[in-house]
Amino acid sequence: MKRVNQDLSHVKPNKAAGARIPLVDGIEKVSGKAKYTTDLDAHGALVGVILRSPYAHADIVSIDVSAARALPGVKAVITGDDCGAPFGILPISENEYPLAKEKLRYRGDAVAAVAAIDEKTARQALDLIRLEVKELPAYFTVQEALAPDAVQIHDKRQGNLERSVEDEFGDVEQGFAQADLVMERTYHCGEVTHAHMEPHAALAEYDAERDMLTLQSVTQVPYYVHLMLTQCTGMDSSRIRVIKPFVGGGFGARTETLNFEIIACLLAKAAGGKVKMKLSREETFLTHKGRPETDVNIKMGMTKDGKITACEAEVIQRGGAYAGYGVITILYSGALLHAIYDIPNVKYRGQRVYTNNPGCGAMRGHGTVNIRFAFEALLDSMAEALDIDVLAARRVNLLQPDFETINGLRGRSYGLPECIDWVEEASSWKQKRKKLPHGKGIGAACSHFVSGAGKPVHWTGEPHATILLKLDFDGGITIFTGASDIGQGSSTIITQAVAEILGVDYSRLRLIANDSAITPKDNGSYSSRVTVMVGSAAMDAAKNLKTILLDAAARKFECAVEDVECMGEAYRVKGSPETALPFQDIVDQALIGSGTITAKGTYFVPREYQGMGKQRGAAVGSSPGYSYGATVAEVTVDEDTFQVTVDKIWCAHDCGFAINPLSVEGQIQGGVWMGLGQAISEETGFQNGLHMNANFLDYRFPTIVESPDIEVKIIEPIDPNGPFGAKEASEGMLSSVLAAVSSAVRDAIGIEMTETPLTPDRILDAITKQERANKRNQSKQEVA
Amino acid sequence: MSSGDKFILDLKVNGYPQQDLVPKNLLLIDYLREKLDLTGAKMGCDGGECGACTVLVDGAPRLSCITLAAKVTGKHVETIESLSDNGRLSELQKQFHEKLGSQCGFCTPGMVMASEALLRKNPEPTDSEIRKALEGNLCRCTGYVKILESVKAVAETHAGEAR
Repeated sequence: MKRVNQDLSHVKPNKAAGARIPLVDGIEKVSGKAKYTTDLDAHGALVGVILRSPYAHADIVSIDVSAARALPGVKAVITGDDCGAPFGILPISENEYPLAKEKLRYRGDAVAAVAAIDEKTARQALDLIRLEVKELPAYFTVQEALAPDAVQIHDKRQGNLERSVEDEFGDVEQGFAQADLVMERTYHCGEVTHAHMEPHAALAEYDAERDMLTLQSVTQVPYYVHLMLTQCTGMDSSRIRVIKPFVGGGFGARTETLNFEIIACLLAKAAGGKVKMKLSREETFLTHKGRPETDVNIKMGMTKDGKITACEAEVIQRGGAYAGYGVITILYSGALLHAIYDIPNVKYRGQRVYTNNPGCGAMRGHGTVNIRFAFEALLDSMAEALDIDVLAARRVNLLQPDFETINGLRGRSYGLPECIDWVEEASSWKQKRKKLPHGKGIGAACSHFVSGAGKPVHWTGEPHATILLKLDFDGGITIFTGASDIGQGSSTIITQAVAEILGVDYSRLRLIANDSAITPKDNGSYSSRVTVMVGSAAMDAAKNLKTILLDAAARKFECAVEDVECMGEAYRVKGSPETALPFQDIVDQALIGSGTITAKGTYFVPREYQGMGKQRGAAVGSSPGYSYGATVAEVTVDEDTFQVTVDKIWCAHDCGFAINPLSVEGQIQGGVWMGLGQAISEETGFQNGLHMNANFLDYRFPTIVESPDIEVKIIEPIDPNGPFGAKEASEGMLSSVLAAVSSAVRDAIGIEMTETPLTPDRILDAITKQERANKRNQSKQEVA
Repeated sequence: MSSGDKFILDLKVNGYPQQDLVPKNLLLIDYLREKLDLTGAKMGCDGGECGACTVLVDGAPRLSCITLAAKVTGKHVETIESLSDNGRLSELQKQFHEKLGSQCGFCTPGMVMASEALLRKNPEPTDSEIRKALEGNLCRCTGYVKILESVKAVAETHAGEAR
């Protein structure tokens, strides 16, 4: 509240939108001060540990915990009997219990949990638990699980088919008839997982005297956790408080409530105290919720100038032991399969299958990545076969801004053409494609993604996002948000949105996030919704606060409110710079008769962007805006080892207006790189259901030595639906990388790859198959 | 635990002498995090795979999650908490912050300490020397592009000073 006489006539509003500012919570991160869940003060906390199933599929006959309970130092032992209600992300498919009930469904399923005075005691207690089971046949592939005589993994799901989706738009048979070339391929994508750097952890505290529960956890969506805790503890939701500390990445793993979060709370309740739970990296892998192993059979028709006349795809996803996001994932795969281009005839059949593997869920690019790989790879093959440049083939199939796709998805802006132009130019595409020496190649692909789901998972009629602002005597503005910053920079974007509208210095703003006792409810960080939805709510809140300040200034200046000019840190009468008064003076005026000022802002997705009802699960895929991206990859394939090295990647991403270009670049580079991992090396593996690479040495993502330079271009068509014209910038680029790399491998060694990751053994297999086919053709010709 | 299982750890941490009676099998990371409340160093894996726990021992980068506290007796251990000067970020920390070398931040303490060790030995490293020095530090957010830029920016400052 310092008052210095200064010349305010030249004060200008802070141009925050579009500024390359560092993360508002970055100083804590680089100085080691940031407190992640395991860094919190857990003085006096008990240690919680989980007994995990060594069986892939079994009926539980009995669990004897008496010896564990009797061990000195053990404060609580719980099993499936201690929780009556199941949980799950989708209200229609809640079929997971925090601790298994009656049945074990994968190696790693949670059987029982112990809270004890220290870890050693807790682990001793686990060893004393006697588990008696009747083993059942277990299924680790979709074919085994779908076999007619297979035992059901879940009741009420005949044939282990969790969900089947069928949709047809237009007439694909007619479309194929119009084509000059019809091609069909089967693609396979190995299962991948998020591998966020911070292992899972939770700190739960139960106040027995007051019957109040507080959980601090690694979640991306504290609100969902709150709902599931209510459900699984039976407590009233007003007695529960959920707090998210700093979170070390999520990438979708933490959008669902995870079993350990509930288990930690059940233990705290049972022990009447505080329980800290730290999962190992192996347990973090087993908790999974990653991208499912997927088979895509896809058929497309193309005219000789590259126009796609029809697309028919059948997708099978190995969903693992529990439903999780499964239904949404299989719907997303259909809804976004073709919606990046203008395609008149589309048919989709999707199947989501239960198996005895760790459950899959949402992972960066949710539902779109593997189908995008298949689609773009087939497009690449067909363009090659028709001798059309693969970028030109994409240009033939573009949409126009203000489009409505055949399945009813609407979008205002469409920057894909500019993305393609830039990567073509920047990569010297025309000088390189088919012109590099053998063993070196260049390839391209495109992709897109939603900026938040048009309809939230839990549809309540509330706004999609809410922001609160508080302004008080000190002149500081506090932003309260439920949006979860998990490293992607959401707190920074929200701060910039408020700063831009009010024009104030960043130093005046502070942000408090993710404490259900303090901050407004938010649907959390998933489907790249925060910039558009929470950013819009932040703008709305700031506008509402600005209205209050303008009114106060008008009273102060004794002029009409239309005659007041807001210069951010100063207010003045329009056209009279000499009248300028500092922000604090206007605050003081506004507080008279009012006291502490609060302002609220909300955001609703416009009705026509909530899904038009043309497809099954019509809300899935709808969004206020779609991002677009094009990627070119240049690779070297070692001719002796078949190791693929990605030498350079160019990626252009249309995120609408970039509110923070620095942050957008970081998101694009990170998303491209994560796609690269799936393209060349990442894959989980199981042996009779046992996870074979639940660590960072065997689950291989690229190190800094193996990572190429990633050159980025932000394409900025202003989207009328987004805050300042912004769309998403964190997911849409990822899925283009898989097909760009496989296209480059074809360019390098002339082999068509239909699987990811493109490991040396897969490339060798493909070469061998092609050589055999060539020989067969040769001998046939000789016979002829 | 019998007294035979414990020993007196005598070392310097972030410039200050420390003496503690600790179990012989205590890991350095647990000593730093649990005993000294220096929670900057992180445990990202089940041992020796990710580099998030990197600290300096007599100036050299060490994985504190697979180093016994007993092994560093008589030595100087430096953690991320030591780099700031009077609460102000060091040049390296500043570059990681301003160039967005840190997103979720979980790998950052290890990444910064490994870079610090490199820059002390080699103030003007080449790109490949930086990559080599950070080979054992995994990051899942950045694709490493801006990490490389952050370290390079410090190296360029050093080069400027040398001229």
